[in-house]
Amino acid sequence: MHNNEVWVFVEQRNGKPADVSFELLSKGRKLADQINGALRSVVIGHNARKIAEDTFKYGVNEAFLVDHPDLQLFRTMPYSRILNELIKKHTPRVVLFGATVYGRDLAPRVASNTKSGLTADCTDLKISDVKYLGKDYPQLLLQIRPAFGGNIVATIITPDVPVQMATVREGVMEMHPCEKPHKVKITEISYNPVDIDGLLEIIEQHREESKVNLKAAPIIVAGGYGLGSKENFKLLHELAHVLGGEVAGSRAAVDAGFISPDRQVGQTGVTVRPKLYIAVGISGAIQHRAGMQEAKKIIAINTDPDAPIFDISHYGIVGDASQVLPMFIDAYKHKLK
Amino acid sequence: MYTSIVLVKQVPDTANITGKVMKDDGTVNRAMLPAIFNYEDKVALEFALRVKDQYGGKVIAITMGPPRASDILRECLYMGADRVYAISDRKFAGADTLATSYVLSEAIKKIGNYDFIFAGRQAIDGDTAQVGPQTAEKLGIPQVTYAEKINSIKNGKIEIRKKIDGGYEIVRCKLPVLITVLKGAAEPRPFKAKRIMAYKGAKTLTDLEKMTEGNSLLYIDTLKHEYKTRNLFIETLTADDLKVDDSRCGIKGSPTKVHKVESVVLAGGNHEKIAASKDAIGELIGKLMEDRIF
Repeated sequence: MHNNEVWVFVEQRNGKPADVSFELLSKGRKLADQINGALRSVVIGHNARKIAEDTFKYGVNEAFLVDHPDLQLFRTMPYSRILNELIKKHTPRVVLFGATVYGRDLAPRVASNTKSGLTADCTDLKISDVKYLGKDYPQLLLQIRPAFGGNIVATIITPDVPVQMATVREGVMEMHPCEKPHKVKITEISYNPVDIDGLLEIIEQHREESKVNLKAAPIIVAGGYGLGSKENFKLLHELAHVLGGEVAGSRAAVDAGFISPDRQVGQTGVTVRPKLYIAVGISGAIQHRAGMQEAKKIIAINTDPDAPIFDISHYGIVGDASQVLPMFIDAYKHKLK
Repeated sequence: MYTSIVLVKQVPDTANITGKVMKDDGTVNRAMLPAIFNYEDKVALEFALRVKDQYGGKVIAITMGPPRASDILRECLYMGADRVYAISDRKFAGADTLATSYVLSEAIKKIGNYDFIFAGRQAIDGDTAQVGPQTAEKLGIPQVTYAEKINSIKNGKIEIRKKIDGGYEIVRCKLPVLITVLKGAAEPRPFKAKRIMAYKGAKTLTDLEKMTEGNSLLYIDTLKHEYKTRNLFIETLTADDLKVDDSRCGIKGSPTKVHKVESVVLAGGNHEKIAASKDAIGELIGKLMEDRIF
């Protein structure tokens, strides 16, 4: 194994790996290549060997597997203790976590214990030589994220600590199976429960597979705070229905209660790459753009001709949604005839 | 009877950033932003107050920040906190989440025994959700993040409903525990008029020092004594008080550094303008059909 390792914590829910982990492995493969290093998956769970094997499809060189009945469900204490020990022993250069509820619970705990730098909700990760305060640092991880209400994009580095950590939301990185996977090589790590691991017990767990799958929708009609009311969102639903697409919203629209949180597009929601994205009454803060700017075609509808959303759109319509949307629906129906 | 410590933070109101707030070099002029009580921390305080209402005990709110951050401590008193502490020192400036959690954990150790630490899930200026878990780790206690509801507290254990991806969990955890609370979990109670009257004059040492400036008749020690007797003195914990390791505080103790900041000012753009008319939109739809978008 090389010295420069990139690790990805592989999250599993009820024995199923989370998509975000495979997305991170795909990105991790590229990062590892750039630092002439190796990619390692860390799988913690019960009967999870299959998951560890699956990670090799995404270019993993070696996997750590910690398998124990007590580890079937994610719990902060044992999971963080396991990672703390592994990281202290092997000192990887980069450790990536999905910015899921579990990942955002676990990563800070591990960073705190190992005194590592950690950047949350990155929208891009790169490797670059950096000159910082007059000192040269080769091959640092650039952790890029919007900040301050989206008015700035910050590049964060952790130059003086050995382990660089970041969390990334689901859908931000693309999942790429590897053409020539390495041979499966799994190292099993034993787990020895201690008292502190048992302080918290899970009494019940309820999970519903989300019926909403924005990531897979070819057409998305998204509304923002500018729509002004839940009533106006009905027009979006109508347009989405006619076009055979899904309805989504910006964070502001979710916060205002116009639409449910599982339909939020953006840095703290879902990242989508549809064929067509219609942004209605969305001003276009960078957190939102981070979640949709890779759509193939973008149409913006907004009353404000200076709204930033127009800058990343292919087509722009300046106008009131309550007038433009019915026109859109009519025109589309007419074309179908 | 339970003792709760609540971690609260004053944050710039990033939801209402205007062009004026951005400096020409692309950085944010914090002084131009109104400072507000981070909402989820208020929800955390509400959780702590409800525990007190139901089971008795006390609620202590603490904040780390510049002197003006004590504004929100007064608000904690208005809501019902029994005691508040400002954790403030120039040495703490520029702290990232790791350095912040170190200082907070040392302050909590100094304040004493507790059953619960409550905090908002995250603060709106960074949205990292890291300080809670990092503090719990440094204190060596378990954590429950994304809490939605307290079901019960009995036999030294708390039962909580917490959010997970795609659902929720009911967990039972031994005390002491750190709990981070979600926005919708509880409605923070309004300030009580009586408490506003009682505490609006509460002052930190820095506030009192300002009062003595240019007034030779006011002695800081007398003033401090007077405010303490009237229960209006907000205690400040400094680096010296906490006997912290300076190399783990502030910028020095922060592994993450801001390497580059780019302002997001977009100008122009090459989009095609479509008139808001049925004909123009019809044409656009025709074009998209040709491109096989539909």
